[in-house]
Amino acid sequence: MHVPDGFINAPVSAVAGVVAAGAVAVSLRGARRELDERTAPLAGLVAAFIFAVQMLNFPVAAGTSGHLLGGALAAILVGPYTGVLCVSVVLLMQGILFADGGLTALGVNITIMAVVTTVVAYAVFRGLVKVLPRKRRSVTVSAFVAALVSVPAAAAAFTFVYAIGGTTDVPLGSVLTAMVGVHTLIGIGEAAITAATVGAVIAVRPDLVHGARGLTAPLKLRVNGELVDAPAAGPAPVPVAARSPRKLILAGLGTSLLLAGVVSFYASANPDGLEKVAADQGIDAKVEDHAAADSPLADYGVQGLSDARLSGGLAGVIGVGVTVVAGTGIFWAVRRRRAGEAQATSPSSVPENA
Amino acid sequence: MDPVTVSKEPAPPSLEVAGLAFAYPDGHQALFGVDFTVGRGERVALLGPNGAGKTTLVLHLNGILTGGAGTVAVAGLPVGKQHMAEIRRKVGIVFQDPDDQLFMPTVREDVAFGPAAAGMKGPELEARVDRALAQVGMAEFKDRPPHHLSFGQRRRVAVATVLAMEPEILVLDEPSSNLDPASRRELADILRSLDVTVLMVTHDLPYALELCPRSLVLSEGVIAADGPTGELLADDDLMRAHRLELPFGFDPRSVAAGS
Amino acid sequence: MGAGHAHKLYRHAHSPVHALPPHTKLAAVFAFVVVVVSTPREAMWAFALYAVLLATVAGVARVPAGFLLRRLLIEVPFVAFALLMPFVAQGERVEVLGMSLSVGGLWGAWNVLAKGTLGVAASVLLAATTELRELLLGLQRLKLPPLLVQIATFMIRYGDVITDEMRRMRIARESRGFEASGVRHWGVLAKSAGALFIRSYERGERVHLAMISRGYAGTMPVIDEVTASRAQWSYAFALPFAALVVCLLGWTL
Repeated sequence: MHVPDGFINAPVSAVAGVVAAGAVAVSLRGARRELDERTAPLAGLVAAFIFAVQMLNFPVAAGTSGHLLGGALAAILVGPYTGVLCVSVVLLMQGILFADGGLTALGVNITIMAVVTTVVAYAVFRGLVKVLPRKRRSVTVSAFVAALVSVPAAAAAFTFVYAIGGTTDVPLGSVLTAMVGVHTLIGIGEAAITAATVGAVIAVRPDLVHGARGLTAPLKLRVNGELVDAPAAGPAPVPVAARSPRKLILAGLGTSLLLAGVVSFYASANPDGLEKVAADQGIDAKVEDHAAADSPLADYGVQGLSDARLSGGLAGVIGVGVTVVAGTGIFWAVRRRRAGEAQATSPSSVPENA
Repeated sequence: MDPVTVSKEPAPPSLEVAGLAFAYPDGHQALFGVDFTVGRGERVALLGPNGAGKTTLVLHLNGILTGGAGTVAVAGLPVGKQHMAEIRRKVGIVFQDPDDQLFMPTVREDVAFGPAAAGMKGPELEARVDRALAQVGMAEFKDRPPHHLSFGQRRRVAVATVLAMEPEILVLDEPSSNLDPASRRELADILRSLDVTVLMVTHDLPYALELCPRSLVLSEGVIAADGPTGELLADDDLMRAHRLELPFGFDPRSVAAGS
Repeated sequence: MGAGHAHKLYRHAHSPVHALPPHTKLAAVFAFVVVVVSTPREAMWAFALYAVLLATVAGVARVPAGFLLRRLLIEVPFVAFALLMPFVAQGERVEVLGMSLSVGGLWGAWNVLAKGTLGVAASVLLAATTELRELLLGLQRLKLPPLLVQIATFMIRYGDVITDEMRRMRIARESRGFEASGVRHWGVLAKSAGALFIRSYERGERVHLAMISRGYAGTMPVIDEVTASRAQWSYAFALPFAALVVCLLGWTL
């Protein structure tokens, strides 16, 4: 999904560059808060991990394979700020070293693949973890959903950027349907691997999963083979306080609203264009040809009837938007209620790692 | 073999550890009250089976791990927040995996990292780097990236990164692990040629006997024995009690101990 | 995906381009790409001239054409996307070989292909003539936030180490008769990824320990400082400057 040069026009690329720079600046500060002076080596190694894991191909079906994007994984394992930083650095290096993604499109790429993926995944993850029962399984399930949502969200973000800055006049409905459709499929793979990876890490080092840190027991001294309590010398290492995810959830909510709103506005503002294209039987045939050749696109070609496709596209847009918005809203509402109950019953917000 | 020279001390000992206890945040307790002293210029081996708490102990020597009970002093200076920079310059730790230690893009920058972090620069820094690399015989690899070196070479560069800081005490964590016999001997020659206090953490008993006149045995988080290396290795009961085993056919009594 | 090791991208040679300070090259390539992107797509001859400019740089840098072309394959996924455009774009249409194609789509495809290819070629030339270490120094010199440069430095330093660990795990899997062939095996791959993450993170912690053991307190000491003379700057900027002239001509003609 690395966008090359010339795909998005210059003004929008520049704006995306500013957005990306701002997001990276915020993440630099945030990561410093999360990791203090350990930021450079830890984020660097996690970036190397993301870089390596993107090369880990997982077979999808006979002959085809996909690879992990890693944004959701990074967000869940090391937190949103460090996650954004790691993926951004990977993208920067891929752009400069491997010419993977254009230099002028770096802002677009970082905004879509580092920021949107990571923030959406983290917001969904935190929301679900708060809502679901405090079990290890819930963390895995939340990771699955977060990764599943994050990939089509990035695709939708791409469509949004393309809608305002695309250099070619392609019907947005089809772009969105194709992008979101294909990326939902990719998202399933991403989700399965992300969830299983998070599960594997939780099983061995639960303290490494962001926000799930262990608790301390009092020190003992071995005196003549007997264990005795040591005098408390200084404060015990304090576990990193779980920060309130409210800001992030609100940001996610805002972004989804904006996205859904703008995209459906665009989609509904151009019904004439869409209808006109769809009515052209020649193109329809071509689209179907291509769809047959390229199976992931089949979703959007098979419907045949132009109006059905149009409405399908629109329904897709609105559906995605409504689901995300409603989902986020519900999480938020339920979380608030749960938070009240939880504070009374459980001293920590850490999911049980038994 | 000389008896231990701990007690006569005009200068403070290089290292003094008293009552050290520590548990990790996950609840696992690794140290249960460790006491020992290493005099200036001594070469001491810290022996112990896997999981005895050796690495945990090492991390206390320059204040990376704190917050437990007990004290550590380096050359009379207590390890604590107020002297941290000084302590870290004085205690040079060579970690087990040279890949962890060599984090800079070239050998030269890696060796320069410590002195440069202490504020040194220019020709003085360059001279320091050259001297440290010459001490370990790696001068001609100055501009190579560390991951292009062999394992033995990387270990030697790792020693150089620490020597460049001109430490009071050199702490080596498993220095002989993963080395072939030739690299092992070369490293031993280098270590013998250095004029610093050495604390060598290892379960490689012949290597300890070769290099260190005195040994400590760390077992289950406490110092279980302290004495001349040859005598400790010859004490079968002690060795068995602490899961220390000599390689097949190796008899410490038949080997002349290192000086 | 750039699956290769970093050092495979670099072609060691002694050329005037190799000798330029890294930050001048980075800035020049970026300026060049910006100029290319802002050229009107109708000025087809301008893109041909850009290609000639890049070919000249490649010649001066002694980067063989074959190497450059092979590296261009990275953009294949987007070529596929570009080829779709004439079919799905709207607006005026033309008949080509019996297919109805959108004029706007054709222009769009041309636009993406030309600009994308030139951008990739410029980046490939940069990577081929600049060592990794130099690139990082260049980024540092161009005032990228130091923390970001540090993260990139660690990523580059340990990219090989981590990739190597991943390769060893794969060999270990395959030695025990495991071959990932379908969805059923995702679990195993994910366990590997989990193990890889733990190893990476723990290595990060150990690297951090090694760093603070040698006096690290949050900022990297500056050991190397790259500088460029006015002559080197002007030499590096010959490329984007020539491109700018072409671009301006493209707008006016």
